[in-house]
Amino acid sequence: MVERTPILNFFTHLILFAGFVFCVAPFVIVAIAASHNLKDVNDVPMSLLPGSDFWVNIKTAWTTADLGPKLFNSFIMAFGVAAGKVIVSALTAFSIVYFRYPGRMLIFWLIFVTLMLPLEVRIVPTYAVVANVLDPYQTIMDLTGLSWLIQKISGVQVQLSLGLLNSYSGLILPLVATATGTFLYRQFFLTVPDELTEAARMDGAGALRFFVDILLPLSRNNMAALGTIMFLWAWNQYLWPLLITTDQSHAMAVTELKQLIPNVGGAPEWHIAMAGTLIVMLPPLIVVVLMQRWFVRGLIATEK
Amino acid sequence: MASITIRGVKKNYAKTQVVHGVDLDFASGEFVVILGPSGCGKSTLLRMIAGLEEISAGTIAIDGKVVNKLEPRERGCAMVFQNYALYPHMSVAQNIGYSLKVAGVPSAERAQRVQAVARVLELEHLLDRKPMALSGGQRQRVAMGRAMIREPKVFLFDEPLSNLDAKLRVQMRSEIRKLHRRLSATSVFVTHDQVEAMTLADRLVVMNGGRVEQVGTPAEVYSRPASRFVATFVGAPAMNMLEGTVTLDGLSLLGDSRMLNVSRTGLAVGSKVAVGIRPEAVRMVAPGTPGALAATVDLIEELGAGRVIYVDLDGAPFSIVTSEIVHPEPGSTVGLQFAEADLHFFSSETGGRLDVFKASVPEPAL
Repeated sequence: MVERTPILNFFTHLILFAGFVFCVAPFVIVAIAASHNLKDVNDVPMSLLPGSDFWVNIKTAWTTADLGPKLFNSFIMAFGVAAGKVIVSALTAFSIVYFRYPGRMLIFWLIFVTLMLPLEVRIVPTYAVVANVLDPYQTIMDLTGLSWLIQKISGVQVQLSLGLLNSYSGLILPLVATATGTFLYRQFFLTVPDELTEAARMDGAGALRFFVDILLPLSRNNMAALGTIMFLWAWNQYLWPLLITTDQSHAMAVTELKQLIPNVGGAPEWHIAMAGTLIVMLPPLIVVVLMQRWFVRGLIATEK
Repeated sequence: MASITIRGVKKNYAKTQVVHGVDLDFASGEFVVILGPSGCGKSTLLRMIAGLEEISAGTIAIDGKVVNKLEPRERGCAMVFQNYALYPHMSVAQNIGYSLKVAGVPSAERAQRVQAVARVLELEHLLDRKPMALSGGQRQRVAMGRAMIREPKVFLFDEPLSNLDAKLRVQMRSEIRKLHRRLSATSVFVTHDQVEAMTLADRLVVMNGGRVEQVGTPAEVYSRPASRFVATFVGAPAMNMLEGTVTLDGLSLLGDSRMLNVSRTGLAVGSKVAVGIRPEAVRMVAPGTPGALAATVDLIEELGAGRVIYVDLDGAPFSIVTSEIVHPEPGSTVGLQFAEADLHFFSSETGGRLDVFKASVPEPAL
């Protein structure tokens, strides 16, 4: 239904505009603060007219926090997580929707339940696993007496160890599993008509062929949507990278921003901190702008 | 070219049985139409032939080879679906050629064969389009092209015309018939539309409730329906059915309110029967004509070439199709007359056809 009422139109636009201002104001203030010098940024109240030191501040922030390699790290991590999630959840949903095997629904609900177990809840066990990926296997072998047996027979003491701290795989892999993505794909796969599956079977395509030739091309909007959301999510991760990257060569841009925050007793260089924030904000912004078209399509409608 | 042999085929979904033991033989090159109301198991039977549905009991053999355990691609069948089931992201050419691509046919040969099929179906100018940009009839043709390109032994059609509008349906019907004459591959066509069934079939299989009711040429099925169900299902408007009891000198109909003088039927006096008469076989005469049944006119439907007159026979609905230009007033009384040879007798208990009179049956004109 389309209403044509000028007064209502005026008010709805007013509300929209208020919302827009509400969303954009912080960014505007960050951008203005980033253009002031040390004295102006600490004026109370801070002048809302842009200063002239924008590029200087950007440069200072870039060198002080050494953002180049860190942005690169962040990009690798966010891209890896997004790509991993897109692939893993597509495969999971494919298995759940298109194959009949015992325990299928149980598995689906187990995956679904992990929605309630975000990384923050399971961060200690996850850290333990990443510190030594083979630790669970070691425990199993110890408990079943297998390592005792091996030691008895061969005299070798089994000590499995593979640490992923301070590595890209350690950063990426624990974040790759996603219930949201699996669910998104599942809902999409359920809308794909059965006849399409049957037509592919009649054409002689096996399960994998059907997945690659038919299902994946059909779900590219979905993939774009999921990829975008997950890229942003991974880019903004703070706790996990902070925990497992003790080594500066694997530090992330978002976690390193805190280096720019003025220390107690140090110079209140908020203009530099704001400039650094702007830099770190930019890559996700670019991704959203580029992917926006597919992103919206993937979330609202299925192409028919 | 392949024959299909179906022996004792059953289908269960969990506890409900939807196909109860079907035995059928389709000759090589034959065009068979399976006709039945929705839910009669006809699509399930077709899907079992295709290999999309597991066979619960019995065997299906194509060309003498039992295919129960074979994957669809190994059976040599091609199928045209009701909703066409075209791959939306592929062009027409890719849709048609997909099975060849899967089979690993080199792309040059593939393109050539796609061209050949497109020429037959007059799709050449559409090869680069996506299915979304096609009309219903064009999509239907692409779906047929996709089936044709593999040069299958058997064509399976699952109500392929039911999504088209009436005019296009008639056109596609004759195209399917022409195509069959040209390829002469064994074809099995499932439909609930009796006009489609009558016009397309070499042989008609009428199914109801998971069982085969009758197998025969369309003319046979029309003129000698094997059961009460077939009699009322095939033909429009449906055959008139009157309940009656056999008496010494004929039949008493409608709870003894009417008598019908017929020659000796050979049926036991007192047995309950249903008497069927096609609306086309009824003649309307002046009321009071000796031997005619009097009835009250309810409604007239003008069809242009003819008209359907609905009358009331002591509460029982009865219809007459006539090409004579008559317009009896609703509420007026008319007389109904019909030849003995046009009567069909069915057992009231089993619904099966009772052969009486031993009247000659017109040979099917084929």
